[in-house]
Amino acid sequence: MLRIANVTMHFGGIAALQNVSLDVMPGGIYSIIGPNGAGKTTLFNCISGIYRARSGSITFKGKELIGTKAHKISQMGIARAFQNIELFKGMTVLDNLMSARGFLHHYGLLAATLYLGRCAREERKCRDRVEEVIELLDLQKCRKTPVGALSYGVQKRVELGRALTMEPEMVLIDEPVSGMNLEETEDMARYILDVNEERNITVLLIEHDMGLVMDLSDRVTVLNFGVKIAEGSPDEIARNPEVISAYLGRQQS
Amino acid sequence: MGGKFKTSYKGDMALFQTLWVKVWLGILAAAIVVCPQFLSTYQISILNEMAIAIIGALGLNLLIGYTGQISLGHGAFLAIGAYTTALAAGELNLPFIVTLPLSGFMAALLGMVVGVPALRLKGLYLALGTLAFGFIVDYILFHWDLTQGDMGMAVNPVQIGSWSVQTEKEFFYFIACFAALATLCAKNIARSKIGRNFIAIRDRDIAAEAMGISLAKYKIMAFGLSSFYAGIAGALVAHYQKWIVPGSFDLSLSIAYIAMIILGGLGTVLGSILGAILITGIPHGIIYATDVAKESYPALSGLIVDFKLGIFGLIVVLALLFEPQGLAGIYRRAKVYWKTWPFKY
Repeated sequence: MLRIANVTMHFGGIAALQNVSLDVMPGGIYSIIGPNGAGKTTLFNCISGIYRARSGSITFKGKELIGTKAHKISQMGIARAFQNIELFKGMTVLDNLMSARGFLHHYGLLAATLYLGRCAREERKCRDRVEEVIELLDLQKCRKTPVGALSYGVQKRVELGRALTMEPEMVLIDEPVSGMNLEETEDMARYILDVNEERNITVLLIEHDMGLVMDLSDRVTVLNFGVKIAEGSPDEIARNPEVISAYLGRQQS
Repeated sequence: MGGKFKTSYKGDMALFQTLWVKVWLGILAAAIVVCPQFLSTYQISILNEMAIAIIGALGLNLLIGYTGQISLGHGAFLAIGAYTTALAAGELNLPFIVTLPLSGFMAALLGMVVGVPALRLKGLYLALGTLAFGFIVDYILFHWDLTQGDMGMAVNPVQIGSWSVQTEKEFFYFIACFAALATLCAKNIARSKIGRNFIAIRDRDIAAEAMGISLAKYKIMAFGLSSFYAGIAGALVAHYQKWIVPGSFDLSLSIAYIAMIILGGLGTVLGSILGAILITGIPHGIIYATDVAKESYPALSGLIVDFKLGIFGLIVVLALLFEPQGLAGIYRRAKVYWKTWPFKY
């Protein structure tokens, strides 16, 4: 579904990504792990078109993404939930979720000024779809609350929700549980599983919480200093000596 | 929650949510229709100025308040609207119903051209870019033969069919219709996907792009829309004043509009209206105060005339210090307070 082949990305003299290749099959949860600065978020930025990889190719359902504009990539069905919350602070939760569906509407400026016919119809349909996501993520209580007034954990959930309302085929989730307590982490894990299983959305996940990654993932890739050092099932990764020395750490005996 | 329970999304998304809102709006509309009968010509002229300012401020708020693109060229777009209708009516003898939209579209077109650099420039740099555009327009109006520079030019009176808008009172009803229509359209745009896209671009442009929003398209649309409003406001000013000079559309007009939307409340339709009323009203208020003071303190009144601009500035600065969210913020707080009155939760 998503094929990344030999992607290289430099910032000045630093190689953030070096010949990274991976292949994401439809349907599963695919995790990318690695120490800080390993290039995980850079890889996401390359996929979603915020950065332009220097070489290599990224294809989604056979279409090349490198060089495609960011908003076109998201319209192709790759949604993104950001690591540092990038919500639209001036809007309510509802408007934030609805804002991500703009490209699914087909009315123009003139219809919008009158708010009649097609515009009103599509807005109502949009609201209907957004309510499904609100229900999925238990956001009913804070529908009309401005995002800035919500707690960090809920904002993270809205961030995920905003990606889902785009009706994507694949969602890139960047550290969904960083800074969360155990309970919130468990909730988020359940939401991610729901997203994957109920809505049939392929999940590409970056996360440092090993418990979460090992429990949820179907497949894991490990990056270190911009280089892919391992790929495999969670069990294989947990046993891989190179991964252990680079990231998981050796047990003191 | 005030006992508002909705059973459909349609009800929840309606523009006028409760019966009370409709009743109050009805009362407001009735007041607008009736009030000119009780006001002097001078007082109606103030209302006319306010109504025109509301249209311009709504447009600027869509650009600065909603989309977050700073523009110091709003006055120039009003000038484009004013001179377009003046030239089209004067030189080409086009009727008003043609020249008014023409003014709007002319301004919108140039606005979209100005919007192109906005794809690269942000914040203060964009302000500087739009400032330069204002100077260019000013220069052209001063030096082009047709516009007669400093002399100014006469504008034909408004003529729709056989009805010609002449007196202040007629103008009031005429402009009030436009202001109401402009408000309705702005409100609709703000609550549709276009308004959401504007706010998304203002709040987080990178995330907006990742949500499938084309920055280029919507930034240029915001410029076009805002300029269209300015063009219409400019055309109405021209027909209202019947004589236009480039000097009345200079930088100070742009800044007055920015003051309106900041004082009224950025990113709200209500804020544009309140701000326009306040900023247009303050100078008249000062004049009124001077007149009153003249009776008992003749020396003081002379001073007030000298300090008129200073007092104006002081009011603006104080308002910003004590109410950074603008008048719309005060309104919002008052509403919440009265919702639960007399209880404090």
